[in-house]
Amino acid sequence: MSHSILTEQVTSQQTSGTRHHAPFDVTEKIEQEANLRIQQYPEDQKRSAVLPLLHIVQSEFGFISPEAIEWVATKLELNPIKVEEVVTFYPGLRQHAPGKYHIRVCRTLSCAMGGSYELMDKICELAGIDRSQSSHHNPVAVSPCGTWSVEFAECLASCGTAPVCLVNDDFHENLPAAKAPQLLETYR
Amino acid sequence: MAKVTYIKGKEPHKLEKRLIFRNVDRKGWDPSISKYLSDGGYKALRKALRKKPAEITDEVKRSGLRGRGGAGFPTGVKWGFIQPGNKKPVYLICNCDESEPGTFKDRYIVHQDPHQLIEGMVISCFAVGAEIAYIYIREEFPEAARIVENAIKEATKEGFLGKNICGTKFNCEFYVHRGAGAYICGEETGLIESLEGKRPYPRIKPPYFPAAMGLYMCPTIVNNVETLCHVKHIIEMGGEKYADIGMPRNTGTRILCVSGDVQKPGYYEVEVGKMTMGELLNDVCGGPLKGRKFKAVIPGGSSAKILRCSDTYNVACPPETEKRDISFEEIPLDFDTMAACGSMAGSGGVIVMDDSRRMSWVLNNINEFYAHESCGQCTPCREGSTWMKKITARLVAGEASPDDLDTLESVAYQIDGRTICAFGEACAWPVESMIEKFRDELLAETVEGNAHSPRNAEQEAQRRYLKDAVAYADKP
Repeated sequence: MSHSILTEQVTSQQTSGTRHHAPFDVTEKIEQEANLRIQQYPEDQKRSAVLPLLHIVQSEFGFISPEAIEWVATKLELNPIKVEEVVTFYPGLRQHAPGKYHIRVCRTLSCAMGGSYELMDKICELAGIDRSQSSHHNPVAVSPCGTWSVEFAECLASCGTAPVCLVNDDFHENLPAAKAPQLLETYR
Repeated sequence: MAKVTYIKGKEPHKLEKRLIFRNVDRKGWDPSISKYLSDGGYKALRKALRKKPAEITDEVKRSGLRGRGGAGFPTGVKWGFIQPGNKKPVYLICNCDESEPGTFKDRYIVHQDPHQLIEGMVISCFAVGAEIAYIYIREEFPEAARIVENAIKEATKEGFLGKNICGTKFNCEFYVHRGAGAYICGEETGLIESLEGKRPYPRIKPPYFPAAMGLYMCPTIVNNVETLCHVKHIIEMGGEKYADIGMPRNTGTRILCVSGDVQKPGYYEVEVGKMTMGELLNDVCGGPLKGRKFKAVIPGGSSAKILRCSDTYNVACPPETEKRDISFEEIPLDFDTMAACGSMAGSGGVIVMDDSRRMSWVLNNINEFYAHESCGQCTPCREGSTWMKKITARLVAGEASPDDLDTLESVAYQIDGRTICAFGEACAWPVESMIEKFRDELLAETVEGNAHSPRNAEQEAQRRYLKDAVAYADKP
């Protein structure tokens, strides 16, 4: 990438979780999946496939690296900034490596009333995660061993079974802080 | 149709009427097409395909169906906005970005009964003339995306999707498009921008009404999951018969999602307007937690204005037309009465708080949500939501002054009505209503001059600097 401001913006920092994810590579698998997704949209509207392609990258490599942004942009015949602006907007897209298991705890009202802050604290305590450096722009905190990472999510739409969380793609409900040890034991 | 039995412990309450949620928690049920077909599935589609598209729209108009996503706009009327003689392709989008805090109904439909949604959608596509439909599923439902994609494959294989549906000339294809965790994508024009691969900044209406200038600037209909499911039932039973369910102007059933401080939180499908708040919270949900009393309720998702349980409300309860005083428990759960009570039925997400809750804490939690989710396009909302969060955070920490409440209120009223989309109201209403209803409680947590007291070395240094600057300026 030649433009310096963009390079700074899109650099993916090393985290303790990096070693759990394969580095970005244009594999046969992602090429095929991407081509299928592009077909979902009218021929002159390839840009619509930005999110689907980014999802393919993230589920395969754990996060979206500058190389991945370049690849998506080339695939969709877009300027990389058009991909970058999407990556930096959505909370569901990550630019740095999370842990092997990324835990998203619901923070919003019903879950908070049901004890989701306590659940988050317990998970962090058990996994040795320090959330003090987490911010709006960098919400993910990874454990020193890289096995787990945590993040507060906004309303996961299961308020009746609060508190709830997502671990990678697995949904867990009715999960008071007392069940945190069990949860981490399941994902090791 | 076969008699439905439910999984033990998950049986519907006797006051419920299960239409959309008929198969949710059903014993022996799974999301496969074989189960759906064995239960009479896709018969409504065959019936619909024998009609003219305009007849279906008329049927939906007659049913009085109002959108279940939050705004309660009449669905048939929305469909009718597509210009006659339109030559561009028409798109239908199913809004499954369920993300209004307190709402969790669409989750169960897409996980447990995806074919009901697909059938409702094919019928709707036929009615509005759409040959391509997108199902926009929020990123946090990965399992649902897989289930729905599989259901689309099954339906295509059985000839309910694809070319020449059920032997007619009608062609239609469905695709799943996954979001990426942004609340604003639930707003229909934001959703469209997101589907176009851009940042989901909502478009201004007019002129960008989706029915005229929607996806790729083509006529587009965006409907909520539950709304599209209702279409199937309207065709099945006929618009007029459907309109007999519920109350006039507030027809059909709707799914109420109850969460927070009640004995039995969960989802309950009821006839619109036939149940009161008291029946819902005390009978269906088993009342408050042991030793507690209900304090306040947010009746339609977190952006709805909060209602105080000890208040009386002066409204007309349909079918009555005369206004009278009613208690909180007597409020009927329909769109219009809820609006008359100063709130909204919204998305059906009922969040209950008992007397153990601090309202400042509740409000701060809501403010954090909106500050996080503002898309940043309009200044009043982007800046205002963040300031409101900062002020309530101070309030919760016991560091606020009494005049902070006035500032908070003034910020809220400067957002409300001054933004491109309804997010402005969504983030301002909770603040406005909370201050209106609980001003004394919030005031009791403040101390005169408190917000100006330095809390750390940096603030201390700032204060000293300001003091010196003022002293310097005051020098003759």
